[in-house]
Amino acid sequence: MAYSDKVLDHYNNPRNVGSLDKKDPDVGTGLVGAPECGDVMKLQIKVNPDTGIIEDAKFKTFGCGSAIASSSLATEMLKGRTVDEALQIKNTEIVNELSLPPVKIHCSVLAEDAIKAAISDYKAKAGVDAGAAQTA
Amino acid sequence: MLKFPIYLDNHATTPMDPRVLDAMLPYFQDLFGNAASRNHSFGWAAEEAVEKARKQVAALIGATSKEIVFTSGATESNNLAIKGAFEMYAQKGNHIITAATEHKAVLDTCKRLEKHGARVTYLAVRPDGLIDLDLLRESITDKTILVSIMYGNNEIGTVQDIPEIGRICRERGVLLHTDATQAAGKIPVNVNSDNIDLLSLSGHKMYGPKGVGALYVRRKNPRVQLTAQIDGGGHERGMRSGTLNVPGIVGLGKAAELSAQLMPEESVKHAAMRDRLQSLLTAELDEVYINGTMERRLPHNLNISFAYVEGESLLMGINDIAVSSGSACTSATLEPSYVLKALGAGDDLAHSSIRFGIGRFTTEEEIDYTAAKVTDVVKKLRELSPLYEMVKEGIDLTKVEWSAH
Repeated sequence: MAYSDKVLDHYNNPRNVGSLDKKDPDVGTGLVGAPECGDVMKLQIKVNPDTGIIEDAKFKTFGCGSAIASSSLATEMLKGRTVDEALQIKNTEIVNELSLPPVKIHCSVLAEDAIKAAISDYKAKAGVDAGAAQTA
Repeated sequence: MLKFPIYLDNHATTPMDPRVLDAMLPYFQDLFGNAASRNHSFGWAAEEAVEKARKQVAALIGATSKEIVFTSGATESNNLAIKGAFEMYAQKGNHIITAATEHKAVLDTCKRLEKHGARVTYLAVRPDGLIDLDLLRESITDKTILVSIMYGNNEIGTVQDIPEIGRICRERGVLLHTDATQAAGKIPVNVNSDNIDLLSLSGHKMYGPKGVGALYVRRKNPRVQLTAQIDGGGHERGMRSGTLNVPGIVGLGKAAELSAQLMPEESVKHAAMRDRLQSLLTAELDEVYINGTMERRLPHNLNISFAYVEGESLLMGINDIAVSSGSACTSATLEPSYVLKALGAGDDLAHSSIRFGIGRFTTEEEIDYTAAKVTDVVKKLRELSPLYEMVKEGIDLTKVEWSAH
């Protein structure tokens, strides 16, 4: 099958590859997918606690070219948005931007799941911290 | 000098040998006759060419020319062998034994027959890809009419012990069909010493043309009869009607003759290239797994899983090399290879597998380039792989709660 130029570009030059410190309270980590399904995405965000803005995002993906491109694009979309804005990102934006064919739509769904999982991890951690601050 | 793209997918199909093309060309125009035309020279010339090809194909597998039925390819041969035997021997029984790692042309044929009253046993294979001969023995009942086990596997290249399987079938009075599409012309196959009753082969897997194949049907000890699946003018001793594809058959014959001649030299050369590719890849990369036994394997096959790297993304990175993957993303069904799954290695390794198929025109330079390129891309993709990172951190991936989707 032929890949779109944008998928090829993200595959050949993936953006924001890497890992952030999972233990950092400002970092949210999402790990979605499963090895036996053929794709696993790890997506991390680092949030500025004062502004609520995502200042950094990193990913690592085991999966096909479209899965790699979807998560690479997701990290680009996340940076500079607030956590609440990031929650609005829909997989269809990724599909359109990368011109994904129907059989690859699940890759974009997985990327959206990864975003949501990372944010929910961040919120859970922030919530615990806030709780701790209140009781102190 | 390397020429791109490099073709290492010779299990899918092979390029035609120029000598095969030369042999075929006259039969498209000057010698265009119908081999069934009995009363003029056009027909005689075509018939003579077909009979020569029949001898060439027979010689490749130790058969006699009267035992060769020309078909459109191995898929048709498999269909004719299994459906034809099922119908013909309905009085004797309805039980067929095959294996989980067979080609779909065998498995789906068996599945269809199940709707028509067949009882089919799909033998599991051992982790090395071979069937358990004791399991085969135990599976044969007095209702068993046919055992269909492929000679060499199209994905993992494993070579079943057909001579022994044939002996077991002969002892129990059961017919043996073997799909020898990948093995014929690559390793010695002999219908007599291997006790084979029915054998399928294809032209385009041995440097011949597409759209032509053959079914060997034993004529003596025992005489095997099949119910025709295509009715018409009664060609091919009534077993396969339809005007003979004379140029294709000539090509198949020539391809069979060349393969028989070249086999001693080619099988050694290809095995050496295969072993070189394997050692280059394993020297540079960790967590590389060979799928299927190396002990009994087609000389031109290597099937490797590069753990923590998904197959399609690897193919994308080596886009100047033509190979196949068992990954779900590369299949029409979006399911990972059922052959690799049958080995019990886990779906994750099926997703990470690449099949290399060496051919007559492969060069050592191409092998070296391929090894270097694959190594580079696997390393790059492992940098990108959360799984590789987790394993390096000491996390046991089997203990992680994955969100299967």
